[in-house]
Amino acid sequence: MKNIAIIGATSGIAQACARIWAAEADIRLILIGRSQERLTQVSNDLKVRSPKAVIESYEVNFTDPRAVAACVTYVTGTYGLDIALFAAGVMPTQELLSTSPALAAETIALNSISPTLFAEPILQFFTNQNHGTMALIGSVAGDRGRKANYLYGASKAFIATYAAGLQHRFAKTPIRIVLIKPGPTATAMTAELQADGIRMAKPEKVAQDIILGISKGDAVIYTPRIWGLIMAIVRKVPAPIFNRLNF
Amino acid sequence: MKVHSWGLLSNEEHQIELTDSNFKHSNAIGIPMGLGRSYGDAALNPGGAIWLTSALNHFIAFDEERGEFECEAGVSLREIQALIIPRGWNLPVTPGTQFVTVGGAIANDIHGKSHHTYGTFGDQVISLTLRRTDGSEMLCSPEQNSELFAATIGGIGLTGLITKARFALVRCTSPWIEMESSPFNNLSEFFELSKSSAIGWESSVAWIDCVGTKAGRGIFMRGNPAAKAESKKVKERQLGLPFTPPISLVNKATLRALNTGYFHLNKAKAGHSTVHYQSYFYPLDAISNWNRIYGPKGFYQYQSVIPHDRAESATQEMMATIASSGEGSFLAVLKVFGEKTPRGLLSFPMPGVTLALDFPNRGASTLELFAKLDEIVIRSGGRLYLAKDARMSRPMFETTYPNVSEFKKYRDPGISSAMSRRLLGA
Repeated sequence: MKNIAIIGATSGIAQACARIWAAEADIRLILIGRSQERLTQVSNDLKVRSPKAVIESYEVNFTDPRAVAACVTYVTGTYGLDIALFAAGVMPTQELLSTSPALAAETIALNSISPTLFAEPILQFFTNQNHGTMALIGSVAGDRGRKANYLYGASKAFIATYAAGLQHRFAKTPIRIVLIKPGPTATAMTAELQADGIRMAKPEKVAQDIILGISKGDAVIYTPRIWGLIMAIVRKVPAPIFNRLNF
Repeated sequence: MKVHSWGLLSNEEHQIELTDSNFKHSNAIGIPMGLGRSYGDAALNPGGAIWLTSALNHFIAFDEERGEFECEAGVSLREIQALIIPRGWNLPVTPGTQFVTVGGAIANDIHGKSHHTYGTFGDQVISLTLRRTDGSEMLCSPEQNSELFAATIGGIGLTGLITKARFALVRCTSPWIEMESSPFNNLSEFFELSKSSAIGWESSVAWIDCVGTKAGRGIFMRGNPAAKAESKKVKERQLGLPFTPPISLVNKATLRALNTGYFHLNKAKAGHSTVHYQSYFYPLDAISNWNRIYGPKGFYQYQSVIPHDRAESATQEMMATIASSGEGSFLAVLKVFGEKTPRGLLSFPMPGVTLALDFPNRGASTLELFAKLDEIVIRSGGRLYLAKDARMSRPMFETTYPNVSEFKKYRDPGISSAMSRRLLGA
């Protein structure tokens, strides 16, 4: 049986991934989240969809290093682990982040620091068993800072650099590090952008790309794929021009 | 952002909020919206908020022994059927499309081709959870908060946000329907066919031609679930209109040809056949934006019900009125309802016959026709379906829906829609 931990399991993209994985045979899903109530909601949904699926859940404070370490020890010790997907994240508006340092600190703690708290002990476990795939959800927003969401973007750029370092570290091992960069996706996190009528990818489509990319062990997944091309261009726009654009 | 309903009659600015099971919302007066399949203004609230229920997308429980399903209100009937039909259960009541949410099905107390067998969607509801804008949460069922339950079924979203519901299913042996299709030449034949189908046929509906000299002819379709699984493969087909044509494709020039063509096509196919439930119950779902064929001005659906004693004469009169008006309808649907009185204070069905007609919006001339049809409906003791309505007058609503003043007691004061302001004054 393959053990898959979904960290931040109640996020929209994570739920879409869980629905696909739960339908596969011989899989145990370990849902890790911040609220047992919401984990139960997701877990019940998965059990209705896939009655044969094996679903566990674990509530933890994502920014408490000791609690996270205990969580990873429990999960790897109790079930074992083959794939871990870190999908937690928040995206307050830049306006709020600029005026509330506490909110900015919380955002960085969850988006940037928390994935390292999970990844390091998980990778230690993968090293010991000599296999495993660690997938991290970054964002196209991390590819270049924009005035509309630069703190969120920076928190995701952290993940990209962190993932690149891990890929270097594990290059000669069977352990795979997968960095996922979704474009804007219709989930609760982007509710305000959706309300403004901005077009979004469906989480189901993004989840398909993620699961395929994880199974192949891709280093970087842009999803939907068009974002790979868009960001290649956006990264190359010279700063004097870029800074005059309004987006 | 700009929002329109299914009839495309308006496209106005709304404040969109994605709500969740905690009914997170701003202080703005709002109205819940599911998949936006109400034709008129039931889920519109220009200048105010719309609470989208798309995040209420979780299944909660599926009791395969008793045949009961529980889920959040933003789940679509399509998702439920995709899950339960392969496991031997089905929804007893669905409308002409699978693209409606559970919340919308309850709030409009929808009915379908199986009305004479199972009643409305509301009749299947075992319990529902209602969130009010004051922050309270109430479990409503025929036993608990029963008055609020009756107000919420068919209550067009005005009593609170339905966050989840539990409802009864029926056994189903396969996704196939044994159907029989019979052409008829006039309304009397239609009523005969309906009578003979009341028992022994789970579902029935008729398409009726209401244009030109042959008006009154039609195709009567009735069906039962096929006993055993067919091994036929189902083609997943999804067509769509990539853009809205500049004028309605249903117009004076095309109407007669469309109706005559449809009649003869189906007459040629008359008899028994085994068809997939999706093409039998939801033929229009195969074209994702079929509402666009009516062009940029949109269209009205006029759906009435006339009680039994006046059913044939009033329908005849309505058909004659339509034929002489020069306005025409391509998708005219006729069905005899069952005898069951629905639970909702504002539920639409009553024992009698329902006629549903689509009319391209041609402005004043279309509205004039509706005024004439209204007069027939009121005189015959009938009423119009709120899920389809965009223009009924408040006096007509108050005359034809006897429970309006009782209903008002259960409204949530933080909720209002274009429809509620038009028909209830607030």
